[in-house]
Amino acid sequence: MGAQLRVYKRRIRSVTATKKITKAMEMIAASRVVKAQRKVAASTPYARELTRAVTAVGTGSNTQHPLTTEAENPTRAAVLLLTSDRGLAGAFNSNAIKAAEQLTERLEREGKQVVTYIVGRRGLAHYNFRERKVAESFTGFTDEPSYADAKKVAAPLIEAIGNETADGGVDELHIVYTEFVSMMTQTAIDSRMLPLRLEEVVEETSTKGEILPLYDFEPSAEDVLDALLPRYVESRIYNALLQSAASKHAATRRAMKSATDNAGELINTLSRLANAARQAEITQEISEIVGGASALADATAGSDN
Amino acid sequence: MAAELHVALVAADREVWSGEATLVVARTTSGDIGVMPGHQPLLGVLESGPVTIRTPEGGTVVAAVHGGFISFADNKLSLLAEIAELSDEIDVQHAEQELARAKAEDDTEAQRRADVRLRAATAGR
Repeated sequence: MGAQLRVYKRRIRSVTATKKITKAMEMIAASRVVKAQRKVAASTPYARELTRAVTAVGTGSNTQHPLTTEAENPTRAAVLLLTSDRGLAGAFNSNAIKAAEQLTERLEREGKQVVTYIVGRRGLAHYNFRERKVAESFTGFTDEPSYADAKKVAAPLIEAIGNETADGGVDELHIVYTEFVSMMTQTAIDSRMLPLRLEEVVEETSTKGEILPLYDFEPSAEDVLDALLPRYVESRIYNALLQSAASKHAATRRAMKSATDNAGELINTLSRLANAARQAEITQEISEIVGGASALADATAGSDN
Repeated sequence: MAAELHVALVAADREVWSGEATLVVARTTSGDIGVMPGHQPLLGVLESGPVTIRTPEGGTVVAAVHGGFISFADNKLSLLAEIAELSDEIDVQHAEQELARAKAEDDTEAQRRADVRLRAATAGR
């Protein structure tokens, strides 16, 4: 076998192996998307009821709470960025990071100091490489976040928002995550979690045009709100984590699908080149034989004379 | 007045139980509260403890609820909890082990959780 043909054969073998791997990863990601979507759906009743309750307290009483009132002069804002632990997901992480950077820039232009919190190794690596300060980071659960993980993430944020701004607290809490729109579309979005914009929450819940009844609060409206808002933040973070996970798997699936397709195309091109090389080799061999035979014939014809 | 109210017991990651009931007893921070159909709209903070739901067929459903809220309006009652388990889902032996371990390690949080589980499991029998 010719040297060139051997090189082509070797490359085809290696690309075929790669294709098998990316195909497997694509299928794993596809099954995980479904699982993650199911988890998002399972967490919806809790989030819906909690939002309803928050709306009820917010609209049904005139309670003033630090988590619902805007600071007159916000000077510090916390940004929570949700990325994944592992890459191989196309532009998933870079989109989220880009959204976070745009948000940070906007907040800084408004004269606010930004404190960054990060979930996921990818985002953390990005910030560490640029030597930017990260207040706190959480890794190791982005593929399948549990509610306990969301609590862990929420705890320092709730503490920071409860503190006075002068003692290292923050006035605002923003979150950047990747919203799972559909299998094909995931968009990185940012939203302000706290202080709560009650009008927005009301809009979300009362699409049916229902009127919320006047609730009796047990023990009191303040206490209920005190207990309710941290849970609300946790549930929002949990929902964002789940959506991020679903988006990440969908992005991985798409990236791996195009990798598989590209590998297939590469195999096609390489086999054509290998065929051409083989054919060229045969042609050369034939012409060598023919040339050799006619040279031999010429030589014997010459000696006869 | 309707004779039944609709109950949804929801944990952070799943819907634990939902159905009709004639009476729901839960423990709020200011004491036990019983909700029957037609109760006035209510929103309260729950303590960790067992929640008892009486169904129209005369049966009872007991669940261990670890913190959360109770909200009632329009004959719909929602019980929201970070963690909620039905009494027949609770592994008594496991909970007892947990309780012993928590006592040994002086982990009040885990001890409380295990205690609530055991109380709900025994009440459900």
